[in-house]
Amino acid sequence: MKFLDHCPADATADLVYRACPMHLLEPMELMKDLKQGQVLEILTDYDGALEDIQAWCAKHGQEFMGICEDACDDCYKLYIKKLA
Amino acid sequence: MKRGYMDHAAATPVRPEVLEAMLPFFVERFGNPSAVYDLGSAIKAVMEEQRGKVARLIGARPEEIIFTSSGAEANNLAIKGMALANFLKRGKHLIVSGIDHHSVLNSARFLEKFFDFEVTFLPVDRYGRVDPERLQKALTPATVMVSIGHGSNEIGTVQDIPELVAVCRAAGVPFHTDAVATVGQVPVDVKELGVDLLTISGPGLGAPKGIGALYFRNKLRLVPQLNGGIQENGRRGGTENIPGIVGLGRAAELALQELDEKAVYLAKLRDLLIAGVRKNIPEVLFTGHPEKRLPGHASFCFEGIEGEALIFLLSSQGIYANTGSACASKALKTSPVLGAIGVKPEVAQGSLVFTLSRSNREEEVHHVLSHLPLAVERLRSFSPVWRKKMAEVAGA
Repeated sequence: MKFLDHCPADATADLVYRACPMHLLEPMELMKDLKQGQVLEILTDYDGALEDIQAWCAKHGQEFMGICEDACDDCYKLYIKKLA
Repeated sequence: MKRGYMDHAAATPVRPEVLEAMLPFFVERFGNPSAVYDLGSAIKAVMEEQRGKVARLIGARPEEIIFTSSGAEANNLAIKGMALANFLKRGKHLIVSGIDHHSVLNSARFLEKFFDFEVTFLPVDRYGRVDPERLQKALTPATVMVSIGHGSNEIGTVQDIPELVAVCRAAGVPFHTDAVATVGQVPVDVKELGVDLLTISGPGLGAPKGIGALYFRNKLRLVPQLNGGIQENGRRGGTENIPGIVGLGRAAELALQELDEKAVYLAKLRDLLIAGVRKNIPEVLFTGHPEKRLPGHASFCFEGIEGEALIFLLSSQGIYANTGSACASKALKTSPVLGAIGVKPEVAQGSLVFTLSRSNREEEVHHVLSHLPLAVERLRSFSPVWRKKMAEVAGA
């Protein structure tokens, strides 16, 4: 797992407290609106997302940039870059 | 026999236009909106169309509406969902008004009992209004949210929500209002009110029982109270009640078209009823605010008698009213709402609430006015409390 200190993003998907698999469905929709090279931030409290998001990126040819741990927020912040 | 059904806060018939819109979704168009094939996606599109209609009624965006099974569920989701999602950042203090609906009060008590929240039950004035200064004083750095109902189904008072929201907004505290009594009765716009969450119920609009909705300002986090799948974007599990949602959508559409005309019509009937009762019955207490009240709501307390007895006597004449909120009336307890506005228990016992709808006619009000004074007089004639009072008056 790659850890990031800070990562600016072009869009955010806040999936905190929302049922699985919203952590995959909503980012997939939002990625459609992003341009190549833009970054999507995913906020989630679901542990399974750490594995699922990486796997989804690998399968769909997108870049999983890493995870940012924020002590102020009770959630994971994952970053993916649109490649295609 | 002439009839006068005036207990619409307890139950309102489904409007024929609403029923007609719902019917295809029981048998012909039965698909599950989560299904990926066309039978499902077509239903999903219908559901989103209804979300838009409900949103338009209250000036919200479609994505800010969550469909629920009732106003009570929406209140539970608003209060427990918001409090549990935000207490780590804000704290475990919650403020509600002392006259809110049971689904608000008991959600707060649930958090108090099982999650160690501290709850402030704000007092109200003699009209049932919350004083913004008292709210200001009750706020603490740990206040996670405030919930104060928009309109009271028991005393008819409409709260000045923008004034209360301003206090909370200055402190950065989210505000929820239970608008079950007001949506479809008076103009309700979430931006004008400034609220972060707002509860809607279907039956008051002429939709069936079993459907409600919660408005939540976009970006707010809520902990689901019905755990399940990804329905309602992962915020409320359970296959959606599509006929109910279609009914609510159609009812919202009609409510928006008819709102201004309806409010004027109901206020005219209400004022006729109030004036007639005050003129023809001695020792009557009119409850709630005289002007800032629901257009179709008239509530009274008749000293010396039991509201339950009055209800039974009136129903024998085809007149249907209530002693308070339908949820509390069977408990035969003195109403906490009337207690909160300072009505003495012996007076509060004689509570009577009329809630009108557009189906009521002036003749029905006259029918009530021709029987209510006689019913009150009859019950008082064998009331020891009333006799004692009259003896005291005569002695003085």
